[in-house]
Amino acid sequence: MKQILKIVKSDNPIFVLMLGLCSSLAVTTKVENAFLMGLCVIIVLLFSEIIASIIKKLVPDNVKIPVYIVIIGTFVTILEIILDKYIHSLYEALSIYLPLIVVNCIVLGRVLSVASKSNLKTSIKDSLGIGLGYTISLLAISLVREIIGSNSITLIDSLSEITGFKLVVNVFPKNNLIPMSFVSSPAGAFIILGILMALFKKVGTKNESN
Amino acid sequence: MNLINLFVTSIFTENIILTKFLGICPFMGTSKKEETAYKMGISVTIVVTLSSIITYLLYKYLLVPTETTYLKTLMFILVIASLVQMLEIIIKKYNKNLYKAFGIYLPLITTNCAVLGITLLNISNDYNFIEMLIFSIGSSIGFTLVIYLFASIREYLNNKPIPESFKGAPIALITAGIMALLFMRVVI
Repeated sequence: MKQILKIVKSDNPIFVLMLGLCSSLAVTTKVENAFLMGLCVIIVLLFSEIIASIIKKLVPDNVKIPVYIVIIGTFVTILEIILDKYIHSLYEALSIYLPLIVVNCIVLGRVLSVASKSNLKTSIKDSLGIGLGYTISLLAISLVREIIGSNSITLIDSLSEITGFKLVVNVFPKNNLIPMSFVSSPAGAFIILGILMALFKKVGTKNESN
Repeated sequence: MNLINLFVTSIFTENIILTKFLGICPFMGTSKKEETAYKMGISVTIVVTLSSIITYLLYKYLLVPTETTYLKTLMFILVIASLVQMLEIIIKKYNKNLYKAFGIYLPLITTNCAVLGITLLNISNDYNFIEMLIFSIGSSIGFTLVIYLFASIREYLNNKPIPESFKGAPIALITAGIMALLFMRVVI
């Protein structure tokens, strides 16, 4: 558990490694979408790293990348079929960013650099650490963007197909603040991520010097 | 008229980097110098156009008739990966100078979300063949334009007094945000 948390902090995919930025900018307009996207990445990463680590001795070096892309693609396709059938509104909300997990640099990068070289236990720990780091970063970005951009926190919306109720928290119920819709727009996504990244860097260097 | 409109919107108002966030990794990675930026842009344009045509035809005439459209993600990525590999071999064989100039950018394109993203968007937007072609070419021109402009801005920012924690990626992202604001306002 300690090792997983260490990976979350030191190898955070968004703020430190800066991988997989595409999806982190696109799906973070709502907290719920960000959380579920993180969950999808954890599932794909976990299974791909397990398989890659098991078959690492069978794969020749020069066909490594195609083999791993097919493994990742298979799990993404399975996930797509399941979501399309059971939670269709989520499937639509994530749109093309769900199949794009295949070319997400974090997944392929970790499978190549960690799972293809280490044993099963390390791979599982690594995938959970990276996946959690990714989910937490996405949650942070989406919280800032949704609170400022639409004055609300969406907890259950697409998932209401399963739970049967919706849960959207209104952050400023009393004063009629006009939401800054700029923050929900693509331009706002870049700027908010830039500011958060600078904050993360500042806090990180402070901790190191202590 | 509609086609011209589609072409212009795919370059500016619906630019794939600035509004759909596709291809951010090479955008941040290779945009430090103007020269690498435009070479990356040209490689992407060629790969996107070719792979869009191939995947579109395969989808319409193979996956749809056999009702296996759920395999599209897996199939598209295989087409893109083999196309990139093939281009690399062909260029290496026939033009050594061209290979020296573009060789290192080609393998990177396989994992570029822009390529897979555009091929998937062609399908989900329900384009016909001509529209698909215009959209793919427009989007990749938009990609090249933004990555080149961004590289010149970054070269300029290099020796400017920026707060320590904003150096590198954070200031690049904020610059991209301001560019996105400008691009969204281009209307014909």
